[in-house]
Amino acid sequence: MKYRSPLSKATGLGSAKHGFSHWWWQRVTAIALIPMGLWFVISILSLANGTHAQAQAWLSSPVNAAIVLLFTLTALFHAQTGLQVVIEDYVPTKWINLVLLLSTKFAAVVMAVLAVIAVLKVAVGG
Amino acid sequence: MAEFTLPKNSRIEKGEHYPAPSGATNVRSFKIYRWSPDDDKNPHTDTYDIDMDNCGPMVLDALIKIKNEIDPTLTFRRSCREGICGSCAMNIDGTNTLACTKGVDECKGDVAVYPLPHMSVVKDLVPDMTHFYAQYASVEPWLKTKTPVSLAAERLQSKEDREKLDGLYECILCACCSTSCPSYWWNSNKYLGPAILLQSYRWLADSRDEATGERLDSLEDPFKLYRCHTIMNCTNTCPKGLNPGKAIGEIKKMIAERSL
Repeated sequence: MKYRSPLSKATGLGSAKHGFSHWWWQRVTAIALIPMGLWFVISILSLANGTHAQAQAWLSSPVNAAIVLLFTLTALFHAQTGLQVVIEDYVPTKWINLVLLLSTKFAAVVMAVLAVIAVLKVAVGG
Repeated sequence: MAEFTLPKNSRIEKGEHYPAPSGATNVRSFKIYRWSPDDDKNPHTDTYDIDMDNCGPMVLDALIKIKNEIDPTLTFRRSCREGICGSCAMNIDGTNTLACTKGVDECKGDVAVYPLPHMSVVKDLVPDMTHFYAQYASVEPWLKTKTPVSLAAERLQSKEDREKLDGLYECILCACCSTSCPSYWWNSNKYLGPAILLQSYRWLADSRDEATGERLDSLEDPFKLYRCHTIMNCTNTCPKGLNPGKAIGEIKKMIAERSL
């Protein structure tokens, strides 16, 4: 590094030519989560005093099952994009950075698959 | 991982105390960060008590008085003493600003004076601006055109288009904003920071420039541009009253506009 010019250090490897789509979808999912989150909380609260059978019947409705899944998947996607920013900001060591980034993405995918299976199992009947 | 404590040789210690001359009634204390590369001492804060009845009103006046009359080793940059050169940018009373436009009476209690945060220190209040200036050069801050114009002609601009440069051209590159930005503290090796992004937008907003697309290409990067998380320290601290946060938002809008 000693003999590299300041400009060469500042330009580095140049632009990655992306970043917009991450920024855009983080904001779109944030807005989408507001109505879905409210709907989800209100639904869960109204079921809180009901029986197990009532909850099962509620989730068996295709519309309810669809919105629950959309909410869960959107929330996981949003959480994962947010965690990516935190890791990029605060973890400068490249290999730890990569391990953490891949771990959060892997965890999000695992949770998404589990959520789909769980909701479908109740909705379709199991 | 992130470092949570300063290394041993960076911890700031208590330094010398220079009392005011006897008989002084209007005394203010200045706690000033000192560090020299020529000895092995830790950085320390020296305290200078100044008789404000014999000193100009600005923090820069006090610094010059200290250098002239008390301690000639005190090192800082200054030039225009009227807020247009940007040389005397430093952290005063916890805020990045220009020493020449900051009144001593605006500060509460002892006046703490430190170099701009999170920059390598050359000596005392002088930070190393090399990388900051190199980042400025990297955005190619000049008018780029392809349409030939005869040497005798001007490149014309409507009054409305000229007005789009207001709030941008006034930036004096003092680096108060960039060095107040946590994103710039953690990732300045790649993130351009508010000052350079505002300067970059100054050319993106120029109706005469013909390299807008290429400029946006080179900015669209998770680090160069999108490390801005709209913390807005930049806009709060700007001693010229500019709004780098808004300029960055405008760049993001331009990229959105061409992508959607």
